Amino acid sequence: MRQRPLSPHLSIYRFAYTMALSISHRITGIVMAVGLLLLTYWLLALATGPAAYAGAMRLMGSWFVQLLLAGWLLAFVYHLCNGIRHLTFDMGLGMEKAEARRSAIWTVAVTVLIFGLLAFLAFFARSVL
Amino acid sequence: MSLRSPLGKALGKGSAKDGFSHWWAQRVTAIALVPLTLWFVFSVLSLPDHGYSTVRSWLGAGLTPILLLLLVGALSYHSALGVQVVIEDYIHSKPAKVAALLGSSFAHFFVAAACAFALLKVAFA
Repeated sequence: MRQRPLSPHLSIYRFAYTMALSISHRITGIVMAVGLLLLTYWLLALATGPAAYAGAMRLMGSWFVQLLLAGWLLAFVYHLCNGIRHLTFDMGLGMEKAEARRSAIWTVAVTVLIFGLLAFLAFFARSVL
Repeated sequence: MSLRSPLGKALGKGSAKDGFSHWWAQRVTAIALVPLTLWFVFSVLSLPDHGYSTVRSWLGAGLTPILLLLLVGALSYHSALGVQVVIEDYIHSKPAKVAALLGSSFAHFFVAAACAFALLKVAFA
């Protein structure tokens, strides 16, 4: 069979920064799909007993996994904000080029703000909540 | 001149397959996950500590196990749908694509079952 072009036609578009948001949505989604494995491990350890849970928490406390958790938190906040943006697209809102670009900038700004707040609470000031 | 109705013509054209139910399920789980994930993040962050007994008593009490079951259900479903689309879009070799789709399905069902088992075990303890 003849090789036909397949969607998405990545090579024929001129780059626009809204495309970066689009691919980031997929990347953060895949990143969180991998993170599901850690959530599963954590819950299973909790169900297994104190020793297994202590082992899981030791792993979670290591600087590498803390870094991963920060990455997952960022992925979550971004995917949430941009996901809400996509839901407004699904309602037919904000599809004009200028509107989509404006909402892209808002998405990034709100992501940075919420991530900063949650990361501060999670890693530096847990006692505030 | 054709006697076929416009609807009859349209029905014979194109292949919708099961695209709509996939699209719709992705949106339904997305909307459900907005409050569920925010609740989860804030709940976990507001626990006084993350020790064994604190987390177990939080997880087993009141509505928490129900909300967590809904959370892991919606998460694994939403994740399965999303990963499926990414595989379909970027893996073009047929055997690799089928293998990846199968692997993703099995992994997501495993995650959902394992999380549900763990949650119920703690809740009924």
